[in-house]
Amino acid sequence: MNRRVLRRWISNFMVGTMIFAVLIAVLPLVLILATLLVKGVSSLNLAFFLKTPAPAGESGGGVAHAIIGTLMMVGAACLIGLPIGIGAGIFSAEYPSSRLATITRFISDVMNGTPSIVVGVFAWTLIVARQKHFSGYAGSAALAMLMIPMVMRTTEEMIKLVPHSLREAALALGYPRWRTSLAVVVRTTLPGIVTGSLLAVARVSGETAPLLFTALGSQFMGTNLNQPMGALPLTVYTYANGPYEDWHRLAWATALVLILVVFVLSLSARIATRRIFGRYG
Amino acid sequence: MADFPIRLATENLSAFYGETVGVKNVSLGFTTNQVHALIGPSGCGKSTYLRTLNRMHELSPAGRITGRVLLDGDDIYAPRVNTMQLRRRIGMVFQKPTPFPTMSIYQNVTAGLMLNGRPPRRALDEMVEKALREAALWDEVKDRLHSSAVALSGGQQQRLCVARTIAPRPDVILLDEPTAALDPQGSQRIEELVFQLKRDFTIVIVTHNMQQAARVSDTTTFFYVGTMVEHGPTKQIFTRPKNEQTEAYITGRFG
Repeated sequence: MNRRVLRRWISNFMVGTMIFAVLIAVLPLVLILATLLVKGVSSLNLAFFLKTPAPAGESGGGVAHAIIGTLMMVGAACLIGLPIGIGAGIFSAEYPSSRLATITRFISDVMNGTPSIVVGVFAWTLIVARQKHFSGYAGSAALAMLMIPMVMRTTEEMIKLVPHSLREAALALGYPRWRTSLAVVVRTTLPGIVTGSLLAVARVSGETAPLLFTALGSQFMGTNLNQPMGALPLTVYTYANGPYEDWHRLAWATALVLILVVFVLSLSARIATRRIFGRYG
Repeated sequence: MADFPIRLATENLSAFYGETVGVKNVSLGFTTNQVHALIGPSGCGKSTYLRTLNRMHELSPAGRITGRVLLDGDDIYAPRVNTMQLRRRIGMVFQKPTPFPTMSIYQNVTAGLMLNGRPPRRALDEMVEKALREAALWDEVKDRLHSSAVALSGGQQQRLCVARTIAPRPDVILLDEPTAALDPQGSQRIEELVFQLKRDFTIVIVTHNMQQAARVSDTTTFFYVGTMVEHGPTKQIFTRPKNEQTEAYITGRFG
């Protein structure tokens, strides 16, 4: 009897500890979101989404240029980064012991740990310094470089979770190797690959450092990736560092917009995958 | 047995994992339209042997064979043989049910049919119904062909895998302990199914369950530590085994 009481007490204590840990883990997230809402939502209006910044000292204006810039640069980064990252991930999961896969895995682990500002400087050396001007392309390239190792590793881990028996079932049915990989293995992991890609997109959407050296930022509406471009995190950075009280409020609002953009992107990507690949995805 | 020609045979077949021998020098013939059981204790090589018959063994790390496997007299390990085409003639069902989780019941059955070009819709529907009827699953799933295959019970999933295997009309079906993961009812349905299927197919079944071997098979082969100990008509193996080890195993004295 006594032991049972003790056991229950220990169990309750452990469960309590874990709930406490979860609360501690979630707390910063809730605080960030709450602060953003409280400080940012009052500055949000339609014009904020549709207009470019007002000259310093004047009120009004918006961050439309930065929304467009972020969408375009992240979009271009996806075009480069997702195929390469997913492809490399599939390769190293399908040929796990090949030397190429081992090397790629090692490099992408190192890349995953590289500070993003280093990637920014690298992209600057590679593209900006040669072209002799800042550009959205350079920003996209830097973001893609950040995405590739993330996407590759999550894709690989997801594919490794597919039971071997499923692969064998397809091969025993007479599926060629490539078709087994794509139609059965990759297809089964697709929701996981989408999730991994979305995490990467969310992560790079908020990157500031690599863009400082590449896209530079801009106050004007522009859709030319070959020119310096605005981006939401850059705008937050500029406004938050600025001298005016008004700018600080705009920084909060811009940060809120950034989170909204990421949220909408994730949601629509998920809905789209479900539409295209049916309900078993 | 003279009425039944040999469909699948092995000659001096040995199977290796690297330098480790899994199967030693097995020569056997499997007659057409009969059920052939492979029995023996765990690790005796019967599954490895089965996997050499549709060249799945070579997918294992460092898996290789010596000797020959003959399907209708032709060596399936000959260099010009297309392994994919071969596996469409020698189907396989595994221990655990392996329906493709992202496909519907219908798509699972057609999975093997799409490989040699997509048949017209009408023909495809007929093939699906035929395969599901033969797998004794049609009545249970005919109203939900387009729902997910993983919603089925374990026994239904296994019969779906049988349907998927027989849909492309292979010559031979290999069953690797097909009832090991099923409850008694599910097992019984698979056994009945095996009995029905031998009208159209040649069947080789690996089983741990000796009653199952006795019930469904026409011939039985006993494996022990990689060698083929005894092969003969099931009735004879279970009533008058010639080998002492076979007798000890089937009477439950070891294994």
